[in-house]
Amino acid sequence: MEIVLALAIGTLAGSGIYLLLRPRTFQVIMGLSLLGYAVNLFIFGMGRLQSGAPPVIDAVRGADPALYADPVPQALVLTAIVIGFATTALFLVVLLALRGLSGTDHVDGREGESP
Amino acid sequence: MNGWLHHLPILPVLLPLLAAALLLLPGETRRGVRAAMALAATLAQLAVAIVLLGMADGRLTPAWPGDIAVYALGGWAPPFGIVLVVDRLAAVMLLLSAALALATLVYSLARWERAGTHYLSLFQLLLMGLNGAFLTGDLFNLFVFFEVMLAASYGLVLHGSGATRVTAGMHYIVVNLLASFLFLIAAALIYGVTGTLNMAELAQRVAQLSGHERTLFDLGALLLGIVFLVKAAAWPLNFWLPAAYGAAAPPVAGVFAILTKVGVYGLLRFATLLQDVDAPAPFGGDWLFYCGLATIAAGTVGVLAAQKLVRVAGFLVIVSSGTLLAAFGFAGTTLTGPALYYLVSSVLASGAFFMVIEMAERGRTVGADLLAVSAEAFGLQAKETSSEHPDEMGGVAIPAAMAFLGLAFFSCVLLLTGLPPFSGFVGKFALIAAAIAVPPEAPFLHAVLFGAALLLSGLAGVIALSRLGIRVFWDSERPTPRLQWLEAGPAAALVLLCAALALGAGPAMDYFDATARALYDTRAYVDAVLPAAGAGATK
Repeated sequence: MEIVLALAIGTLAGSGIYLLLRPRTFQVIMGLSLLGYAVNLFIFGMGRLQSGAPPVIDAVRGADPALYADPVPQALVLTAIVIGFATTALFLVVLLALRGLSGTDHVDGREGESP
Repeated sequence: MNGWLHHLPILPVLLPLLAAALLLLPGETRRGVRAAMALAATLAQLAVAIVLLGMADGRLTPAWPGDIAVYALGGWAPPFGIVLVVDRLAAVMLLLSAALALATLVYSLARWERAGTHYLSLFQLLLMGLNGAFLTGDLFNLFVFFEVMLAASYGLVLHGSGATRVTAGMHYIVVNLLASFLFLIAAALIYGVTGTLNMAELAQRVAQLSGHERTLFDLGALLLGIVFLVKAAAWPLNFWLPAAYGAAAPPVAGVFAILTKVGVYGLLRFATLLQDVDAPAPFGGDWLFYCGLATIAAGTVGVLAAQKLVRVAGFLVIVSSGTLLAAFGFAGTTLTGPALYYLVSSVLASGAFFMVIEMAERGRTVGADLLAVSAEAFGLQAKETSSEHPDEMGGVAIPAAMAFLGLAFFSCVLLLTGLPPFSGFVGKFALIAAAIAVPPEAPFLHAVLFGAALLLSGLAGVIALSRLGIRVFWDSERPTPRLQWLEAGPAAALVLLCAALALGAGPAMDYFDATARALYDTRAYVDAVLPAAGAGATK
């Protein structure tokens, strides 16, 4: 399971960084989103991987911490998702504003000598 | 002590949050009400910051035992709950941000507030993020307050709109979003190996790590350091700064003068907390020293090359960041006190400078100080929209407007380049004096390099600013700019504050030296936050 998660994070982060370095604003926002997913999965993984373990203590299972997933990374990831969502929405607005003001979707607001 | 004072540390976060929400209620047309609310909130923050500073310094009776105030949110005890910590450093940064905010707010009320919507709310949210970042004692909470601050700053940098602002703002947003992701990775890595996010507990746990866990922690701390260096505009992570600050509305650029110092604050906070366990590279030592020197060099070249006053001001912000980084990277602890003095002085001066520039350049044709040939090379011929200067509200023509502007400009130049008699000189002098006294741990070469970098960057500032100043002030074809008292007042107040800082340099320097000593006493910080754990660690 670890290797699958690691590969997923690596693929997402790699594609995200590639897209982030592209000249079109739409590619940049896709890159940022992919990178955001990679980071969220990474935070999740930092709580150690366990399947079938709830993060909330339950009277039937008992209080042994080994039976439960670490709740802190899950709380962190929720916060990170919310913040990432908000900033992506904001970025979309800026992207559209720039498109409207400059008439191009190049990140510099004007066409370079790209192919 | 009465219970109300005990809640003082949370007020710098709550006040702007409430004010930002309440400012949404009155319609955009009710300017008087909104202005009064924003002013009241900012004044209240200033008052709270003064009281907290007095308490941290022991001049007022503190509402808590010991020098360091620890406020547990929701009453949850420290390792489990989030804490706010007020020590001398946090208190002085709070006061600095409140003073700068008040001046820029008054300035923006004259004209700039009308250039877009929700300016006042965003401004309060920016303050909330700033105050929270200075106060928090929790790593993830620091991330959240950084985001609050940045989200508000994204809105503010776009205030007034226009193609130039949106382009510069987009680059600013992308760079900072990327830095935020790095911050998250760093926080997750650090939590993954230490199992805590509380900064005091972190400082203790790190000592117990070994082997690959320690390597992972160092990686996390390294990423964290890079995030702070991006915020602090260290070379080579600072190319976004001059464009963003130059394009932002002047009062916004003025208040942004403190944003880079949040990164510096983060570095200093973690460097002192992790000093006993050999913090990784970005937090100090030779690496940071040379990084600071490179930043000064890059800023100096920029200052000399820039053809527009706002860009010079942006590069001067970079130079001041570089100076601070180099000072913190300098071996020994004697430079920290003077560096903090320099920080306060340079933030106030840069804030004033952005405002003075806008007033002085008012009424000139855009790009008058550009050499025609270089305009294209610098990419500055982008279309200027009318919203660059919102409705030219007449205002009373102060007969001495030009004299005032000249004097203010001149004072700012003296302050920013470190010439006597203002606080800029005292700060640089104290830094160089501390470096020449060469702490035993430092090689002599470092002292020479540091002194040379400070003096040369000052010289470059004088050359560039006198050249551009001559173009602005000795231009016979321009009309005298019309100023309002609301605009002239804040800039003058900031300059006078710097003058006061120079006059009271003795007591101020004593305070900053005490701050530095308290910072390097990691033990006191840890014991204050985790009273029970302190006893455990001594066993």
